[in-house]
Amino acid sequence: MAKPIPQYFDEVRETRVWRSIFRSGTGASTLHRALAIQQNVFLHLFSTKVRRRMLSFSATWYLGTLTFAAFLVLVATGVLLMLYYHPSVPQAYADTKDLQFVVSSGLFLRNLHRWSAHAMVFLVFAHMFKVFYRGAYRAPREFNWVIGIVLLLVTLLLSYTGYLLPWDQLAYWAITVGSNIASAVPVMGNKIHFLLLGGNAVNANALLRFYVLHCMILPLTAIFLIAIHFWRIRKDGGLYAHQSEPATLRAQAAPKEAR
Amino acid sequence: MRAIAMSDEKQTDAADLNRREFFVKLGLGSLGIAAAGTVAFGYQFLSPNVLYEPSPIINAGRPESYPLDSVTLDVNSRIYIIHSKEGFFSLSAVCTHLGCLTVWKPDLGIIACPCHGSKFKQDGEKIEGPAPKPLPWKRVWLSDDGDLMVDRSTDIRPMEFVRV
Repeated sequence: MAKPIPQYFDEVRETRVWRSIFRSGTGASTLHRALAIQQNVFLHLFSTKVRRRMLSFSATWYLGTLTFAAFLVLVATGVLLMLYYHPSVPQAYADTKDLQFVVSSGLFLRNLHRWSAHAMVFLVFAHMFKVFYRGAYRAPREFNWVIGIVLLLVTLLLSYTGYLLPWDQLAYWAITVGSNIASAVPVMGNKIHFLLLGGNAVNANALLRFYVLHCMILPLTAIFLIAIHFWRIRKDGGLYAHQSEPATLRAQAAPKEAR
Repeated sequence: MRAIAMSDEKQTDAADLNRREFFVKLGLGSLGIAAAGTVAFGYQFLSPNVLYEPSPIINAGRPESYPLDSVTLDVNSRIYIIHSKEGFFSLSAVCTHLGCLTVWKPDLGIIACPCHGSKFKQDGEKIEGPAPKPLPWKRVWLSDDGDLMVDRSTDIRPMEFVRV
């Protein structure tokens, strides 16, 4: 007699190894389910309980989640592309062509990275407009709006720095033009231009700097800010709530109490 | 909050608060100095001290190789060598708008930028477009061997020709 499949899952959950990793224990009680969220390092950023209506498609169109999904695709494909790409003047363009024509699945990964990047920029803007027109930037969510704006800038900078890496004519002149815009900053413009490029022209130093920004500094910044952005959804009283909901009213009153 | 404030007030009379204040200030002061040092260190670290960029001085070759009334673009060094009736001169070929490489249009007799449509006369003067300034004149001289030399790092006043 074969056991029903859920029973196998239950048996795995009862094992010592599973219990040593997930301490919340088994069971379908509200407490157990709450603990499973609360005691998970990733999920504890979110509320242990949400109203079904807050997760409705019409409230958010899931644009923030889709943006995050695009970001995850970009990280996964980007890390794989890094295995075949050297950020050096003689090799960068040849490596890009190799990815396009020689490496197995290289074309697919590169195109996926490129289209996800376009999608992420689009989704970030769509998310921003949805939040704006929904009025979700208002108290108590003002600070999360600010973090979102910084994340928008980080997304655009990621897009911009990634643009140079193929090291073709389009990349070269786009970065020449873009970095010259930075020199228009009053007083320190030329210094910013020099520090950004690591020289006076788009060259080997600029390629390496943009590579480090694109693959390390900006993604880490984005992950850091995304974590705060998600955590603050819980802290600011949930994803979206109707004005008359008690939790919203309490959250709105909170800053006044602290004063 | 009030309870903490009160206990602080009480301790104002105690002799060791001045010591605490002193150490707090000392600590904050050291942190400030360390932060300033970090900024200075970071700035210096990010500014390269040696640049492996090409020399600004270009040997443009024999003057005879440039026919009269010709505008020659050297793509690699990004300058024009112009042989006019008044003599030789050199213009930067880098658009003063956002740094694109301009090109000489012989049929129109103008220098044009492909990026945002700036147009310049043969002497670098701006005709139209987003470019804020004319193309700068570069210092030109004849080497001892009689070659045309250009210093790309030195702008000169317009209308200073080199006669050969």
